Amino acid sequence: MMQFTESIFATRFNITQPDLEAYLYEAMSQGGDYADLYFEYLLTSSISIDESMVKSAAQGVSMGVGVRVIAGERTGYAYSNDLAPEKIHKAAGVAAHIAAGPGKTGKLDLNQAVRHNLYPVVTAPTETAFSERVELVKRADRSARAFDSRIFQVQAVYADNLREVMVATTEDLLTLDRQPLARLGVSVLARDNGGQPQRGHAGGGGRVDLDFFLKEKTPEHFAAEAAREALAMLAAVDAPAGETIVVLGPGWPGILLHEAVGHGLEADFNRKGVSAFSGRIGQKVASELCTVIDDGTIGSRRGSLNVDDEGQPTQRNVLIENGVLRGYLQDKLSSTLTGGPSTGSGRREGYAYIPMPRMTNTFMLAGDDEPEDIIRSVPKGLYCKNFGGGQVDITSGNFVFSASESYLIEDGRLTRPVRNATLIGNGPAALQYVSRVGNDLRLDEGIGVCGKNGQSVPVGVGIPTIRIDRMTVGGTA
Amino acid sequence: MIDSRGNPGRHAAAADSNHLLELAGDVVQRALAAGATGAECTIAEGEEFTANVRMREIENIQEAASRGVGLRILRGRNTGSSYTSDLSPEGIQHLIKSAIELADVTTEDPHAGLPDPEQLGAFPEDLELYSPDLETLETTRKIETARRAEDAALSADPRIVNSAGASFGTHLGRHVFANSLGFAGEYRSSYCGLSTVPVARDGESMERDSWSTIARAFDGLEDAEYVGRKAASRALRRLHPVKVPTQKVPVVFDQRAANSLLDNLFDAVQGMAIYRQESFLAGKLGEQVASEKLTVIDDGTLPRLFGSSPFDDEGVPSRRTVVIDRGVLRSYLLNSYAGRKLGMTTTGSASRGLSGNAGIGHGNFFVEKGVQTPEQLIAGIADGFYVTELLGFGVNIVTGDYSRGATGLWIRNGELAFAVSEVTIAGTLQEMLMGLEAVASDLEFRGSIASPTLKIGEMTVGGK
Repeated sequence: MMQFTESIFATRFNITQPDLEAYLYEAMSQGGDYADLYFEYLLTSSISIDESMVKSAAQGVSMGVGVRVIAGERTGYAYSNDLAPEKIHKAAGVAAHIAAGPGKTGKLDLNQAVRHNLYPVVTAPTETAFSERVELVKRADRSARAFDSRIFQVQAVYADNLREVMVATTEDLLTLDRQPLARLGVSVLARDNGGQPQRGHAGGGGRVDLDFFLKEKTPEHFAAEAAREALAMLAAVDAPAGETIVVLGPGWPGILLHEAVGHGLEADFNRKGVSAFSGRIGQKVASELCTVIDDGTIGSRRGSLNVDDEGQPTQRNVLIENGVLRGYLQDKLSSTLTGGPSTGSGRREGYAYIPMPRMTNTFMLAGDDEPEDIIRSVPKGLYCKNFGGGQVDITSGNFVFSASESYLIEDGRLTRPVRNATLIGNGPAALQYVSRVGNDLRLDEGIGVCGKNGQSVPVGVGIPTIRIDRMTVGGTA
Repeated sequence: MIDSRGNPGRHAAAADSNHLLELAGDVVQRALAAGATGAECTIAEGEEFTANVRMREIENIQEAASRGVGLRILRGRNTGSSYTSDLSPEGIQHLIKSAIELADVTTEDPHAGLPDPEQLGAFPEDLELYSPDLETLETTRKIETARRAEDAALSADPRIVNSAGASFGTHLGRHVFANSLGFAGEYRSSYCGLSTVPVARDGESMERDSWSTIARAFDGLEDAEYVGRKAASRALRRLHPVKVPTQKVPVVFDQRAANSLLDNLFDAVQGMAIYRQESFLAGKLGEQVASEKLTVIDDGTLPRLFGSSPFDDEGVPSRRTVVIDRGVLRSYLLNSYAGRKLGMTTTGSASRGLSGNAGIGHGNFFVEKGVQTPEQLIAGIADGFYVTELLGFGVNIVTGDYSRGATGLWIRNGELAFAVSEVTIAGTLQEMLMGLEAVASDLEFRGSIASPTLKIGEMTVGGK
């Protein structure tokens, strides 16, 4: 485990443990129940290819510290993107104003906490030569164009970052983490002679080293997947409109869980009583075939973290067990106010943001059915293989997710591809209609970005093949 | 400016906000000295404040200032980009070195470059983008404003039983740009915003909605009580929604929903999508692409509005461009790169953050208003769907396929009759544009995109 004295904050910015304690004292100078400091040093790079030319290569560095003070239900927050001591003191002083009382000067004794080691990456992609990373987008471009002569546009974007974070709290917690993250995305357009173009997209990555893209999921893999999707869609017919049986394929279609139940189970919404799932712990909110997990501890995954952004170790949280709602995703503030423990779900986009309860990797456990049998069981319906994004209205529980590749099911067989269509459902109701769960649980390839209150964080999803007996499809046919 | 450990730097004075223009010019010159043949430097500086109030109590207060520098360089026809939030001498040196090195890994692109020198400049008149009154607005007043809006919502009706809160925020910014063709410019901007999100409940039905107001100066905001009452009435009318049967009917987009549609139209007319042929409007210049009721303008020179600026992110003056004139596609929106790719000229629409090549953005992108009020527009509809909120990302600009989740009210015999939710609306953007039957008179600029209420002749509503 990295020691504080070896961290970039100590070596490059000469921050000492007494400095951290002094900033925390300053933050508590007007009283308050709790304060924390979140230091971040972020290196980013991105490379993009378009028309077979590497048109852009960029890198950047940003750093900052966020100071938070909690007093009852109130939060004061200030940040600085300058790590000079007087700037940090000033931020601590501004955040302190949220409390109004005598200062709290109890003795602090910061101790480095143990944590997971889920991404033991020695050399992060961000630390490798640009010349190696440029090859990834060039290979993706060549491979997609070689896949089929009907592919006429290819764009590929490779992006990575390396985030060094340090959290120090008035509960004597001191944690450090080094978080690598990399992603490659390929987007293509295909066209039959003179016809309308169709788009295909694929991508993936994780908290991995560069070898992941050289050995496990290569540029050729993503290029072929993007090209295949675009070509398949060339024959698309109009999507059906109205209620029908929907079968979701394994992997990324797990975005259903993220939208239908995940957001609605974040503790801030429930503490405030504004979620459609508020006050429903112990109630049946899904068919008994459904067990839904949020797990931040899966090795190398995009949504995983050794510690959350409040310094708590991430964990495996059971959200729904055999259809019954078991628990919410908790951060420091919500867990304190509701008298329970944090579930290691406090996350933030960066130093300029207040943490809130967020998902990590959200998935449904596998069932017993063969995927082929599930499709065979449907006389007429829709099979969805891939999706774009989704969105949810927490309060009403209505959610949507947009199918980018789907097929008609006719007499138990996949027949024609259909044009892009949005699926809509209601959170506490939708999973009640799950009648078959496959044995083929798959996690997505590592592409998800979740947005909430203006903050974006990387997440993962996963699902086995499932059959939903009733869902509304937004087509025109 | 002091660097991270208190060493006063050589550029101690240059980083002071009055001297950011000088720093940008200096970065450009040093990039040229380091081997670049062209360079452009952007500096953004901002101060922000947000107060959130919930159930009449302060929930959180956030306050901070930050700044960053971005550099893009050319070496011949190769480009490299970098950014940093570290304005110390070491930070700036690293910024320049990074950008220069990255030009080695990019490909020579015959269209890469800066705008032509004669295209550079700034809109000559004061656009009134900055209001100093926000500098001195007291924190207590900001909190009080949010509290008043939420209180008005909570007091509006006994069925408003809960709230996701109210927010008041201010932002004061400075934008600096310099390039190696001698352009150097800066402008300040300010805005403040107020919003509230009440929750209505009646029996088992729970719904939320919101209202917000934004202005360059505090006195430009809508009254806090009005914001609260308006949000409450929007939440209340959503109670007890019905999922209607699947059918084809006229669809009316209220202002907010219509703005979202206009967002999709922007994506389809911005030049990067055009040269890549990833827009259904590629190659359609001069053609009738919409009903003659539709005229769409992009204008970055309207005083005080949120899409206004004296120059774009390449140093080209903002201007007025007619994009669609009575249904005929007249112009794409272009930066200098897309202009060169298409054999056209930039429309002053370059947009970027601190990093990378310029993309394309819009100024005030709006639909020219019609003469009917929204009520008159609805009055002629026997059965139809009035959409107040759209959910999800189901719009494909390549094909024009349009399929989104929708919430709103059912129109029966010319009046808003009952709430509708958990349905979809679908069609294609091509058919929706051609099928635009009416544009109402209620144009309001609440952001950089603005549309009056719109009526589309027929779409598929997906429900039961």
